[in-house]
Amino acid sequence: MDISLRLQGQVRQAIDKRQTFRIEGNNSKAFLGRPVTGEVLSLREHHGIVSYEPTELVITCHAGTTLKELEQTLAEKRQMLPFEPPHFGEQATLGGTIACGLAGPRRPFSGAARDFVLGCRVLTGKGDIIHFGGEVIKNVAGYDVSRLMTGAFGTLGVLLDVSLKVLPLPEHEATLQKACSAEQALDIMTRLAGQPTPLSGACHDAENLYLRFSGSRQSVEAACKRFEGDEMEHGQRLWQQIREHQHAFFRQQKPLWRLSLAASSAPLTLAGETFLDWGGAQRWLYSDEPASRIRDAVSALGGHATLFRNPGEQSEIFHPLGSLEKQLHLNLKQVFDPFGLLNYGRMYEGL
Amino acid sequence: MKQHRSIRKHNTQALADLFRKFMPASAVLTEKEDLRPFECDGLSAYHSLPLLAVLPETVEQIQQVLAICHENDVPVVARGAGTGLSGGALPNSQGVLLSLAKLNRILELDPVQRIARVEPGVRNLAISEAAAPFKLFYAPDPSSQIACSIGGNVAENSGGVHCLKYGLTVHNVQQIKVLTGKGDMLTLGGSGLDSPGLDLLALMTGSEGMLGIIVEITVRLLPLPEKTEVILAAFEDIAKAGEAVGNIIAAGIIPAGLEMMDNPAIRAAEAFAHAGYPQEAAAILLCELDGDEIDVQQQRQRVEAVLSQSGAGEIRVARDSEEKQLFWKGRKAAFPAVGRLSPDYYCMDGTIPRKRLAEVLTRIGELSDEFGLAVANVFHAGDGNLHPLILYDANIEGELARAEAFGGKVLELCVEAGGTITGEHGVGMEKLDQMCVQFTPLELEYFHAIKHAFDAKELLNPGKVIPTLHRCAEFGAMHVHHGQLPHPELERF
Ligand SMILES: Cc1cc2nc3c(=O)[nH]c(=O)nc-3n(C[C@H](O)[C@H](O)[C@H](O)COP(=O)(O)OP(=O)(O)OC[C@H]3O[C@@H](n4cnc5c(N)ncnc54)[C@H](O)[C@@H]3O)c2cc1C
Repeated sequence: MDISLRLQGQVRQAIDKRQTFRIEGNNSKAFLGRPVTGEVLSLREHHGIVSYEPTELVITCHAGTTLKELEQTLAEKRQMLPFEPPHFGEQATLGGTIACGLAGPRRPFSGAARDFVLGCRVLTGKGDIIHFGGEVIKNVAGYDVSRLMTGAFGTLGVLLDVSLKVLPLPEHEATLQKACSAEQALDIMTRLAGQPTPLSGACHDAENLYLRFSGSRQSVEAACKRFEGDEMEHGQRLWQQIREHQHAFFRQQKPLWRLSLAASSAPLTLAGETFLDWGGAQRWLYSDEPASRIRDAVSALGGHATLFRNPGEQSEIFHPLGSLEKQLHLNLKQVFDPFGLLNYGRMYEGL
Repeated sequence: MKQHRSIRKHNTQALADLFRKFMPASAVLTEKEDLRPFECDGLSAYHSLPLLAVLPETVEQIQQVLAICHENDVPVVARGAGTGLSGGALPNSQGVLLSLAKLNRILELDPVQRIARVEPGVRNLAISEAAAPFKLFYAPDPSSQIACSIGGNVAENSGGVHCLKYGLTVHNVQQIKVLTGKGDMLTLGGSGLDSPGLDLLALMTGSEGMLGIIVEITVRLLPLPEKTEVILAAFEDIAKAGEAVGNIIAAGIIPAGLEMMDNPAIRAAEAFAHAGYPQEAAAILLCELDGDEIDVQQQRQRVEAVLSQSGAGEIRVARDSEEKQLFWKGRKAAFPAVGRLSPDYYCMDGTIPRKRLAEVLTRIGELSDEFGLAVANVFHAGDGNLHPLILYDANIEGELARAEAFGGKVLELCVEAGGTITGEHGVGMEKLDQMCVQFTPLELEYFHAIKHAFDAKELLNPGKVIPTLHRCAEFGAMHVHHGQLPHPELERF
């Protein structure tokens, strides 16, 4: 059902009253980001697949469509979302997924959410419905607003419809497991990523290295033979648990940090437990270290840190921006949501 | 919305003197004959001389140039190698042309992190050449790759024959350093796979020199595939070739490249490069597969089967690397080859959904008859990215105008077919009118506002990419005049 005109009416009415909104799909990622106050603007009913052309490798959905439905539809045609998005809840919606810009274990090998966003229809904080990008794979007409919207946490506009590039499901997948240290794992993962292998997942859970290969059956089997390690029986379940933070590692009660940095960086000397994913480029850290120490350590390596889940008190969630960059962020907020109505403050103060 | 900006008249000499305080005299050009080489990019139908041109050698010098221009309200147009095909680097007659050609060093190549950090003037191909000893390569490979600069590639979000599988420039850049109109430095991206805040790196990619000057780029390198195969398939019917493209994708295969040429393009390329193309064919497809030995072998068998089911006559697999290169040589030389057929050609760049290929190509053929200008098609079929080359002679009165009108129609046709007016060459100066067809006035206003958010004085490449609403109104009116209205809502203006 397309409820975009109703949503537009809500936002238009809110402008005079300066009524702020908290944009909501099915609330599966509400834990991520700074707290937002305001009336709920629900996308739940804005639901359904608008068009799907398997031979074009493109699907367009209303933002309230659940990931589950979307992925099932694709799987029926043996296709998939290549960025393997985490759901973090049964009812996760596509809109929330794109707004948060998250990606799963396949990210370093196939691409991020923004890499597959071809176009979107957005409701801005001025009550305008505008459309950028499209349903074709190459499109450089005008600025790339669709990618700007990806990972903007709804602070620049309400995602109404999103068009995504999809890819064929791999014919076969297999996962190898090998006991080793973090240093050894980083070494192996970096080396492998530099070789032409059908690698599609590489992580380390403090005890074991896991490697996933995807491709034709024969090529996956050949890759498995070439590398040491035992083939796991339920490999796919492992990657799903990692993606969803249901793996045993993710059961701790401390603040959970997400560190994003060069894959080849040596293990950091921060107190706490680390899970290496994305071949080392995404590291999950449970730590009580002060935020500033964690941020400084990753900044020094050209990376950034997000306070992903925090059972304790609130503090800044996303890595601080430089002053010029912050100014440009605020300028863009002015363009798309000048009255500060949409998810105000979800990413940074004023944004 | 400001429609026209009045640009203060400048004393060129006074400006040049300011620049010569920190750059050698030879890096500040003011004489007409010195400025000539910069008067146009690859779209030579548009040309204009700048007030002056500067060729800085360091980022600090660029910063000073920008600061001076900002203070004095002087427009700045960045130029890489000038191979752009949409007039993006066309000089502003009241402004400074900023050439980045002298910033051409590869600053770092790290085979472990698989990145190359380079200056903006580095040639695209030079990166892959430098990476080759480590068995790595930089994937986006525009056909102009021996000449075009990586800075220009980022500014245009360029593609190439391999972007079907490996993505465009935006998918392969990890970090950039950008200067604002004032000359302040901004680093976007990071050492990891993402960065905090809004995705300004994506926004800057493809912004055609309108939002900032790119002064350093860190690109991701990929491992060279173990094996590649190139298949050439000939068709007696261009529609069948178009269907074959969709059928390959439908079979779950993503080739590294999937290119199509029609008969005029085949003949031109063959005469030029002697690639061994079947000259009687209505169309050929070139399909490159890459990956490990086993995968490529399997895919090859499947592609061959799909091609013959789709009605291909001859199917040839390149026997060795020489023949592979030969197959590609014809394709990569197709533009200059077509250039030999006619005094001038005009290269279009629309993208359409693949399933509409046959229909749109047929319609282009009809338009060719209507306008009385021949057309050759050579393009990225796998991406649905068309490059009709319209042949004309600029010395014959009215032919250029006719070629442009024909081109405009082709782009509108692409929009009607659910596609876009530019897949990789950018809007530049050329496609301002068609932007009015693709976007509503409201959307264009948001684009103007984005420009303003980065460049409040609107000095970076002013007047390009985003048409004024006034211009769209005039364009709309013109269309009404001709009895057709592609976008009824323009009537409001
Ligand atoms: C024969 C031929 C084949 C081509 N094939 C392809 C192809 O396959 N795919 C494709 O995508 N393109 C292709 N092109 C188009 C062109 O080569 C690309 O657009 C290329 O990226 C332009 O690079 P350049 O260095 O020549 O940029 P220029 O033409 O100098 O500039 C292009 C635009 O970028 C801006 N710019 C340049 N450098 C910077 C910078 N450092 N910072 C900010 N802005 C900057 C300019 O202001 C201008 O708007 C082809 C062109 C030719 C002539």
